[in-house]
Amino acid sequence: MPPANIHTVSQVTAYIKSLFVTDALLGDVWLSGEVSGFTQATSGHCYFLLKDGGAVLKAVIWRTQAARLPLPRSGDQVLVHGSISVYEAAGQYQLYVDHLEPAGAGRLWLEFERLKARLAAEGIFDEARKRPIPARPARLGVVTSATGAALRDILRTLAGRYPLVDVLLAPTPVQGVDAPPGIAAALASLNRWSVEQEPLDAIILARGGGSLEDLWAFNDEQVARAIVASAVPVITGVGHETDFTIADFAADLRAPTPTGAAALATPDRRELTAAVRGLDASARIFVSAYLAAAHSGTDALAHRLNRRSPSLYIARDRQRVDDLSRRAGLAMAGRMRSARECLQGQRLHLSALDPFAVLSRGYAIVSKPDGSVIGSAAQVSAGDALNVRVADGAFGATVTTDDR
Amino acid sequence: MPELSFEDLYRELEETVRKLESGDLPLAEALALFEGGTRLAEQCNALLDGAELRVRQLTARPDGSLRAETFQGGQSG
Repeated sequence: MPPANIHTVSQVTAYIKSLFVTDALLGDVWLSGEVSGFTQATSGHCYFLLKDGGAVLKAVIWRTQAARLPLPRSGDQVLVHGSISVYEAAGQYQLYVDHLEPAGAGRLWLEFERLKARLAAEGIFDEARKRPIPARPARLGVVTSATGAALRDILRTLAGRYPLVDVLLAPTPVQGVDAPPGIAAALASLNRWSVEQEPLDAIILARGGGSLEDLWAFNDEQVARAIVASAVPVITGVGHETDFTIADFAADLRAPTPTGAAALATPDRRELTAAVRGLDASARIFVSAYLAAAHSGTDALAHRLNRRSPSLYIARDRQRVDDLSRRAGLAMAGRMRSARECLQGQRLHLSALDPFAVLSRGYAIVSKPDGSVIGSAAQVSAGDALNVRVADGAFGATVTTDDR
Repeated sequence: MPELSFEDLYRELEETVRKLESGDLPLAEALALFEGGTRLAEQCNALLDGAELRVRQLTARPDGSLRAETFQGGQSG
């Protein structure tokens, strides 16, 4: 009797492929070996064998990858990166290459990847470790060569964006065997200065573009550890856009170039000028609105007073009423007219108005000697000394009548 | 009066506007704040317009201490 569980070839092959695809190593693997039987098909795809003394692995470079990779010849020693998976139709496993380089440079990259993995495992690259860069720094440290293009780029950028910042250069060689200890010492000196003399807000660590070997000092463990040990946050700007170094991973912030690092470290003064203007305008608009509201409050009180005062006076003293109502009527009519004109102006031009313009049109702010502003007739009594503020100054006044 | 940094002035200006907009202030106090804020904005702009980049170089003395001197190099080219 046949077993109940019979699989097709496709099912088993799909299962095998799933094992490859989910394997962490096979999905992301670096290999070194010798190229053998290299051919490029008319489709543009490349096929070859990668081998060493003991084994052979089939390898494929798809057309899109082949267009941007340096293609090897049979017999070349190469370092390749890619994933290993199953080609079902042929029943074969093979390497799908996405990176390939000659073996010399390859050794550097293997070194790079090993150091990167080791430092990453230590947590040195953790995002949680990274510190924020102050928005408007007062003082920046710069670690680079005193004679390089990187320094010129940085200083030009800082002078253009934010010349308020004070720059402290700690010069160091940035390539060769002296570079890693030099960079570490420069970072240490700036940190010492920050603690002992003047605090630094951030340090820019930079170098202009160059070959892989030129930039190698920035892939040094000593440099990475000096960055991590720096109490002042570090911004890197090393090489060109596409260069990523260990120093970049260890830094608090990575910029693609020295110029980029200077830009990330500082605000642009044109934006700041606009921000200052905005804050000033906010204050003006607020105070204009405040004064307009205060005016309509006093106008409303004046209305009520004007309607009610004559009848009160009649009951007391007819003669005084005649006199007073005539005077009050004249004064109030004049005042109301100018008040309405003023308020109308305020409403029309609220945001554009200088809040003190109302004073220049004859208004006054009346306050008691303790500074409290008079908003109501109930606040004063006959004989009170008052301070009257007008457009071009202030003077004292005394309340002659309170008429309450 | 000690010279205030741009950062100090800018923060004070932000704080002044925040107070003006959030507080239920008496008129006299609002006017005083406003005058102060306008002065701060002028000072901020003057600093931004008048600043020139100062660059110093850190060097180690023989006794191991550090000193900062005006940076001379790198200006050519």
